[in-house]
Amino acid sequence: MTDITQTATLAPGGGRTMERVRLLLRSRSGLVGLIIVIVLGVLSLLSAFGLLPYDPIAQDPPARLQPPSAEHWFGTDQFGRDVFSRVAAGVANSALISLVAVAFATLVGTFCGLVAGFYRGVSDGVISGVTNVLFAFPPLLLALSLASVFDRNWFTIAVAIAIVYVPIFIRVTRGPVLSLREIEYVKAATSTGQSRSMVMFRHVLPNITSIIIVQVTLSLSWAVLTEASLSFLGLGTPPPAPSLGSMIFEARTLIGIAPWTMIAPGVVVVLLVVGLNLLGDGLRDALDPRNRGKK
Amino acid sequence: MLRRILAALATLLGVAVFVFIMLRAIPGNQITAGLGTEAAALTPAQQQQLEAYYGLDQPLIAQFFSWLGNIFTGNLGFSARAQQSVLELTAQSLPVTIELAIFSIVLALLIGIPLGMLSASRPDSPRDAFGQVVGLAGLSIPAFLLATTLLAVLASSFGYNPNGEGYAYFVDNPWLNLQQMLLPSIVLGFGIAAPIMRTTRTAVLEIRSNDFIRTAKAKGVPPRRLQAKHVLGNALVPIVTMTGLQFGYLLGGAVVVEQIFSLPGIGRQVLLGIQQKEYALVQSTVLIIALSFVIVNLLTDVLYRMIDPRVRAA
Repeated sequence: MTDITQTATLAPGGGRTMERVRLLLRSRSGLVGLIIVIVLGVLSLLSAFGLLPYDPIAQDPPARLQPPSAEHWFGTDQFGRDVFSRVAAGVANSALISLVAVAFATLVGTFCGLVAGFYRGVSDGVISGVTNVLFAFPPLLLALSLASVFDRNWFTIAVAIAIVYVPIFIRVTRGPVLSLREIEYVKAATSTGQSRSMVMFRHVLPNITSIIIVQVTLSLSWAVLTEASLSFLGLGTPPPAPSLGSMIFEARTLIGIAPWTMIAPGVVVVLLVVGLNLLGDGLRDALDPRNRGKK
Repeated sequence: MLRRILAALATLLGVAVFVFIMLRAIPGNQITAGLGTEAAALTPAQQQQLEAYYGLDQPLIAQFFSWLGNIFTGNLGFSARAQQSVLELTAQSLPVTIELAIFSIVLALLIGIPLGMLSASRPDSPRDAFGQVVGLAGLSIPAFLLATTLLAVLASSFGYNPNGEGYAYFVDNPWLNLQQMLLPSIVLGFGIAAPIMRTTRTAVLEIRSNDFIRTAKAKGVPPRRLQAKHVLGNALVPIVTMTGLQFGYLLGGAVVVEQIFSLPGIGRQVLLGIQQKEYALVQSTVLIIALSFVIVNLLTDVLYRMIDPRVRAA
């Protein structure tokens, strides 16, 4: 993470969007990541609009534990539920929780990081203190403890994951903001009599957007992993709502007789994380000013 | 250094406050947690007596300091289900997790550093691609998936499942203990090897482009010595930092892996506490884990002061 903050500090925001998109598409890993994320995104949209071949929670006992076929692409599970539909709904569930969690973490974390780095003083002391405290907990353990406190539903799980990722966004923004506030044009903007919050949002924030974008992508991949781990442990989305983690948990005893119940959600969760990681790496390269102008 | 220790102490106080608040945020209290639905049958007088007994009628600040005082005297609470104090339970479970952590980190370093150096030895070549793919796999395959698959495949195809029998402590049965630690350490080690590999690769590439490496080469330093002393020696600082950071992943991952492989470690203790709603157990254990994490971070700091003379001077 440290190299993100160092390399992206001086990247000007806005403009050059096309060049960045071109750079992203040119990097092989970025392109592959983008394609995976789009495919899985479409899958979760199908689920969100109810366009799946079967109802992901409808049981059909006579059709249980069928291997993959034209009728059931990924086979059926021990209750006769269609694994493909369940995987698609699981991806949608995972995407919803991760997106909400990361959006919350980004908004709160970036705002606190900006304030701490730009205003310094008491606000910095308080915000950095809270950040240090949250960093003292191993991430998954913190999510687990928070999830055990709340009444569990998809939203509280998202909040638990968000709280874990807020300090990461604070740390990632605060550092660059500390150096940006000393740069001439920021000082110049302050001296023209603009209010400090105006300078912060207009002149400092746009300069850290590339760091934030990269961090969002990488955090999404961790959020997917965290949500899957929580539901594997039985502390995520409560059943019967399909979640990739709990599907893998249920499938672990069936691996000998119905391996597809494990392989399908397993491959999809790995693909989702790989896609987001590759996209994050690609974005980091594309947004790194040192790579600008490369052929 | 003194400032660093003071900051760590302040953080720990914050951790204690946070854990305390989390305990109070749980719907209900010790009374309802202990009695479950029967708590509804209590008369107001009984309710009041129990509240006085547990100290729940005191102001929050007083409750906090009495709790903190208890912790300092080693009274971490009592697990009604295990009929043991949290301190006794932790004394049994912490060594298991420490053993697991040491094995995992050693494995991760043994995989990550050579792989990173291999990748860096010829960037953008097939061997670099191989290293990068392994690294990406380590970052992307969830520990629970790898653990379940390994366990299921080994147990069903080869009938090998050392974790199926009860946990053997190292002093009682070292051979069985090591076998039981093997799979969990591989799972956790593989996850940590990925960031270590990436850090090694970046650090080695950066250091190799320095002038002093060219000078050493020109002086005729043999390639092996150049790699070991000049390149790796300088790459150690980021590697140590990254390894220290991974300790957090390790303690979190331990919850999952200990559960799957039935290791009675500290991660499993938290999970059992959560499942059985023994909040005193959960809070104290979480506090102990956070404490050890802060100590490890402090030690990492000390360690790279020793490795890097520049940090020492600053």
